[in-house]
Amino acid sequence: MEDKLEIGGRQVESRLFMGTGKFADYRLIPEVIKASKAQVITVALRRVDFGTPEENMLNYLPPGIILMPNTSGARNAAEAIRIARIARAAGCGNWVKIEVVSDQKYLLPDNFETVKAIEVLVKDGFVVLPYMSPDLMAAKRMAEAGAAAIMPLGAPIGTNRGLKTRELIQILISEINLPIIVDAGIGRPSEAAEAMELGAAAVLVNTAVATADNPVLMAEAFAQAVEAGRKAYLSGPGATRHFAEASSPLTGFLRNERSESV
Amino acid sequence: MTFYDEILRLKNTDYAAAFERVTPSQIARILAKTELQPQDFLALLSPKASLALEEMAQVAHRLSLRHFGRTILLYTPLYLSNYCVNHCVYCGFNATNDIQRRKLTLAEVELEAKAIAQTGLQHLLILTGESRQRSSVSYIKECVSVLRKYFSSISIEIYPLSSEEYAELIAAGVDGLTIYQEVYDDNIYGKLHPKGPKRDYRFRLEAPERAGQAQIRAINIGALLGLGEWRSEVFLAGMHLAYLQNKFPEIEISISLPRMRPQFGDYRPEFPVSDRDLVQSILALRLFMPRASITISTRENAELRDNLIRLGVTKMSAGSSTAIGGHTDAKDGIGQFEISDKRSVDEMRKTIANLGYKPVLKDWHDLNLGVKKDNETVSIS
Repeated sequence: MEDKLEIGGRQVESRLFMGTGKFADYRLIPEVIKASKAQVITVALRRVDFGTPEENMLNYLPPGIILMPNTSGARNAAEAIRIARIARAAGCGNWVKIEVVSDQKYLLPDNFETVKAIEVLVKDGFVVLPYMSPDLMAAKRMAEAGAAAIMPLGAPIGTNRGLKTRELIQILISEINLPIIVDAGIGRPSEAAEAMELGAAAVLVNTAVATADNPVLMAEAFAQAVEAGRKAYLSGPGATRHFAEASSPLTGFLRNERSESV
Repeated sequence: MTFYDEILRLKNTDYAAAFERVTPSQIARILAKTELQPQDFLALLSPKASLALEEMAQVAHRLSLRHFGRTILLYTPLYLSNYCVNHCVYCGFNATNDIQRRKLTLAEVELEAKAIAQTGLQHLLILTGESRQRSSVSYIKECVSVLRKYFSSISIEIYPLSSEEYAELIAAGVDGLTIYQEVYDDNIYGKLHPKGPKRDYRFRLEAPERAGQAQIRAINIGALLGLGEWRSEVFLAGMHLAYLQNKFPEIEISISLPRMRPQFGDYRPEFPVSDRDLVQSILALRLFMPRASITISTRENAELRDNLIRLGVTKMSAGSSTAIGGHTDAKDGIGQFEISDKRSVDEMRKTIANLGYKPVLKDWHDLNLGVKKDNETVSIS
């Protein structure tokens, strides 16, 4: 069955996106990417050391991936725009994940500033994927501003607490006509599968893999979970029931009437 | 309202009574919480909490891993000048000390910059003694304009400035401020700073807030352990950190816990702090402020520093010299204090990697500059 994800005019093979922060050794990154089968890889521009080859994260990314620099460290729209432009000028392509965080305590994204940055960067020819707090009105504004996908958080970044914003993400999936990619908070493969079963187009994972005792094995587990969750979504799972099916149904007497009328 | 008002309120804290009330089950409950209150932080600094050090360490390790991953950011100090008008009793640069005074010329700054940049470090901390005449704000600005060609992040550790002066330095390319209150207990502060502009406790205490108003990117504060009773000093430093986080949520905050080291002069710390006390301080801070960076300098010895990595430290200095021109001049003048961990940047990088952590050399990109790529600078409109 053909089930391709398309973002910014590009076909994306894998629905698992990977982050590259927090790893103990850059040499792990190519192995992790291989095991995860991820194609879209995000890198914080603030950490890219362009001057030193062995310290330049970009040199550890395998060919064929879609590089998505992110604006980590930006505190407002102006800084995010600046970082995106530096990334493009440095040869990182025209995809950008907007991260505007004006709160270091919870690292929650600033939806208002994010909308402003999207407006400018889309006009500037970027494919913009905004990281956001799952709010329907903000997501609509982001879509109107030309975002290529919407990336709501499942829980505050780095917390590994799972899909705490499940209800709100569900609403975004129903209402926004763009790929919804759950970014941040996913701590276990089962939670990635849960997001995919809900109908998320993809998930982005970083901390859970980078801080696992065996990151490569964890990356593989996430790849399988995302695939399983997607298949479950496509196959249309049976509706869950709150009660067991009653053996003496209260409306059983209507059955006779129906069969008579047929 | 500034943190000074908060300090006046916190002065009434009865530490002995608070510590007396702490129970083992209370510590266990605190360790299970997701967000700690100031009274929880204080309990973790109590003598009774030291019995639960291993349990605290386990939680601190998990929190650090989650928020920072297996990474340690490396930086090095560059001393620009040791002229000083202050009389800090405990400091090697004390105005009354008979040491050779010197400040780097811009050409020397460039030589030092080249030597440091060769080690791969991208984060630099520049320091001066307090002398508005010898190391003026405009001299520091000139130095920064030289240094920013070599480093992606430049922090200052200098005398406290006005908000406008901080803004000037930020515009020149400074993105971080380090300033230690030294000692939060104002009585002790008065005794240890008998003369010079540093006598003004409040002007120093409010300096991070003035830098915050000037929209600096990162602030690092701390108490110099050994000058006052450590439990209350760490508590007040932690409260200062929490205050800054709430007032300036967009600023990256961090804290250092420098312990007094031997220096030129004969001051000996009145309140010695053991390794165990230092560890308890780091753990309590990590639990109270899970996302704040914690810095440990080369004042501490190599073995202890290596052991602290897993307990919540996220930033370390390396290849340090506290003397003027110390990165290029092998003879080394008299420094501000004695370095204990003398390992080179290269050795530190290898050691951290062997411990299963990534030594991070770059964690910020100067947004006003373009990108250096293949020895060419790509400028951005």
